[in-house]
Amino acid sequence: MTFLKSAQKVLQQNIREYGMYIALFVIMTIFTITTKGTFISSRNIVNLVNQTGYIAVLAVGMTLVIVIRHIDLSVGFLGGFLGAIAAIAMVQWHLPVFLAILLTLALGILAGTITAFLVAQMKIPAFVATLAGWLIYRGAILVVTESTGTIIIPDKIFNAIGNGFIPDIPDIGILPGVHKLTLIIGVIAIVLLIISEINDRKKKLSYNFEVLPMEMFVIKLIFISALIGGFTWLLAGYQGLSWTAVVVLVVAIIYHFITTQTVLGRHIYAVGGNPEAAELSGINVKKITYIVFGSMGMLAALSGILFASRLQSATTTAGSLWELDAIAAAFIGGVSPAGGIGKVAGSIIGAFVMLSLTSGMNLMGIGISYQYMARGAVLAAAVIFDVATRNRAQ
Amino acid sequence: MNTPILEMKNITKEFPGVKALNNVSFQVAQGEIHCLVGENGAGKSTLMKVLSGVYSYGEYNGDILFDGKVQKFSGISDSEKAGIAIIYQELALIPEMTVYENIFLGNEVRNGFMVDWNETIKKATEMLKRVNLDVNPAAKVKDLGVGKKQLIEIAKALSKNVKLLILDEPTAALNEVDSENLLNLIRDLKNNGVTCVLISHKLTEVIDVADTVTVLRDGQTICTLNAQKGEVTRNALIKYMVGREIDNIYPKRDSKGTQEIVLEVKNWSAYDPSIGRNILKDINFNVKKGEIVGLAGLMGSGRTEFALSIFGNPDNYQLKGELFVGGKKQQFKHPHDAIEAGVAYVTEDRKGDGLILIQDVKENITLANLYEIATRSVVDKNAEVKVANEYKVNLNIKTPTVEQKVSHLSGGNQQKVCLGKWLFVKPNVLILDEPTRGIDVGAKFEIYTIMTKLVQEGMSIIMISSELPEVLGMSDRVYIVSSGRISGELPIEEASQEKIMHLATN
Repeated sequence: MTFLKSAQKVLQQNIREYGMYIALFVIMTIFTITTKGTFISSRNIVNLVNQTGYIAVLAVGMTLVIVIRHIDLSVGFLGGFLGAIAAIAMVQWHLPVFLAILLTLALGILAGTITAFLVAQMKIPAFVATLAGWLIYRGAILVVTESTGTIIIPDKIFNAIGNGFIPDIPDIGILPGVHKLTLIIGVIAIVLLIISEINDRKKKLSYNFEVLPMEMFVIKLIFISALIGGFTWLLAGYQGLSWTAVVVLVVAIIYHFITTQTVLGRHIYAVGGNPEAAELSGINVKKITYIVFGSMGMLAALSGILFASRLQSATTTAGSLWELDAIAAAFIGGVSPAGGIGKVAGSIIGAFVMLSLTSGMNLMGIGISYQYMARGAVLAAAVIFDVATRNRAQ
Repeated sequence: MNTPILEMKNITKEFPGVKALNNVSFQVAQGEIHCLVGENGAGKSTLMKVLSGVYSYGEYNGDILFDGKVQKFSGISDSEKAGIAIIYQELALIPEMTVYENIFLGNEVRNGFMVDWNETIKKATEMLKRVNLDVNPAAKVKDLGVGKKQLIEIAKALSKNVKLLILDEPTAALNEVDSENLLNLIRDLKNNGVTCVLISHKLTEVIDVADTVTVLRDGQTICTLNAQKGEVTRNALIKYMVGREIDNIYPKRDSKGTQEIVLEVKNWSAYDPSIGRNILKDINFNVKKGEIVGLAGLMGSGRTEFALSIFGNPDNYQLKGELFVGGKKQQFKHPHDAIEAGVAYVTEDRKGDGLILIQDVKENITLANLYEIATRSVVDKNAEVKVANEYKVNLNIKTPTVEQKVSHLSGGNQQKVCLGKWLFVKPNVLILDEPTRGIDVGAKFEIYTIMTKLVQEGMSIIMISSELPEVLGMSDRVYIVSSGRISGELPIEEASQEKIMHLATN
């Protein structure tokens, strides 16, 4: 009985945090049933990850922008535009692929810095400043693709980012047809996670802080390990970890670390929670604004690269509505429109929720019109859930 | 005693885990000024929320009799209809609207289904006369001072034919002159048959205006005192509110500071480009090690602006003059520089720009000095909890854990969190801007005790305060600010309330 009670308590205290994981799980289960298992097939999951990649990285940047009480509408077309620049850099300027990528990322940071200048220095509301950017980058895509139309990218390395998979270790006879390096990475991730959780618990106990009851702790570890394990197994069953997944994972880990563990992260949340108090606490609010918009610009560039690479070309329509998908993903992931609250991991889950809906409904053969409505309903439901649980927490 | 206009009988209100009100009875007689006092968290606000219908009938136990009838309010509009109006500390006026629009907001004077603006202005002018306020009804509310805004709120209440007016800490943000005006108005209203309930922490004004005082403590009615019988005295109030006697609210100090100057400004002037005028003129000022310097003056005289101008100038004034901290000439470009140099500023507006309300106690305490608990920019969260717990114990912050959100704490405890945050930066000079505004006697005493301990350990304190007894009780030396200038400097032995007021209104 005590076990059930403590489980209930843990769930109740963390319902907001677990809410979107549960939502994603429910959505995936429903689609698995309605598509008779096609949805959860290795191939579809790998595709889903690859389709979500460019929105997921945008959502990560958008999380921080919304946390500091701003918004960025320009990132969709900025991403599209920079994807085109990457293509042009390789095709017309004949730059080596890595240089082209670096140049694109740098231009992204520059674009973000310009937005930050308008917002922080000129005090223009972010909505207006980035709406201007939205128009400008929309025009910019047309300008650079005007003469050629769609630019085909022939570079194999570049195209691998959106379509390729990590190489496997040579076949040693066991587990044929399974991507073994992916499995090994999954196992390493689980082991590292368990070690760090146990260390954290030990440290907390040495300070006499409250920790989860032992059995809940074990269950949590088993649950997370099973999740990672299952996911890895699914990926390994097809072609393994895609490069897009690697990129998203790296971005997620870096941003998760920055937001939860570092002084910079704490300063960002402080600025979002109360900019005046943050300023008086010695935090340079302008500097934080530059950093957050700069990172947003860089992630927009990355998003454009992922998309261009996936299509193996730069198109005139790239970037359309990405920003709204990213904003929706962030809100589904629990970011508060009032600022100061929101997690990177949540936004990535939010992006997966959005793309799962699209993918699942596509598999079911539901028309695009109903897809939009369903996605709108899920967005509304997610925010209602968030507000309701927040009020109860008070 | 006259017939009661309001009787609240055996009110009990529970929140999950806490009994905010426990069998409280509260009776207000027709036509009296009734003061409701008690420490923060005693249940005053909850009681008023029950009365005004914020907590609707059924969410609490007990009965409300108003005007001879049992009332079952289920919202503020119900209680307003019955003739009860509450004016909160946080004013509910819309700054961009005019005075007359605000007075009749939600209660528009109609002509058919259009607003009759001429009639509105006429009526608004009458209402302004009733509250003795001489402003243009077409002025925008944002251009008026706090004192005038307070009066407009009252005019708004009066326009709804209020029978019972409840004022929640109306003078907390007012200077002496405005406070006196407001209290006179309440007396006037009483003579015109409006019953007033006044919630206040300022015992002097309670003693001044109250006919009857009800004291709440820990969600219970402790006693009801009658002024005519001479029961309303300072000592009695403090004793009943705190539950013990405090002989001297200002603790005794052994040392009286040294001669070593730790912070000094010379010929200090500031120009505020956003309003286009000089807000500080030719200020010469110093603080010595281990000294408490009082900075008195009316609200708006430039006290806070002065503090901010030496604390890294966050409002971007154009500064002239010299600033020395620890003997070194300094030019702070950001509060960050000031903090580095050992200066800390505890704001007068703890909710507005002191605390991050959506974050918890520990995150607020460590905010200004995160690098102290970080290795290579990575925050050590265990060390953070430890630090926060130390301040929780040392400053006696009443919170179940340091993971509690500060929005859930009472005013006094929020102030202690603010103080903790700034003590954690380990400053040499601590600027306290209205350190005890809106907090109860018990918490005030604790804050004075902490201040005393700090200066005895060698810290220097600049205390900005509108409460003259506090200035006189705590300071070693007093500067008086008037219209952006230092209009006088008095050693504490020579200072008196009259002298300070004289210089402040100079």
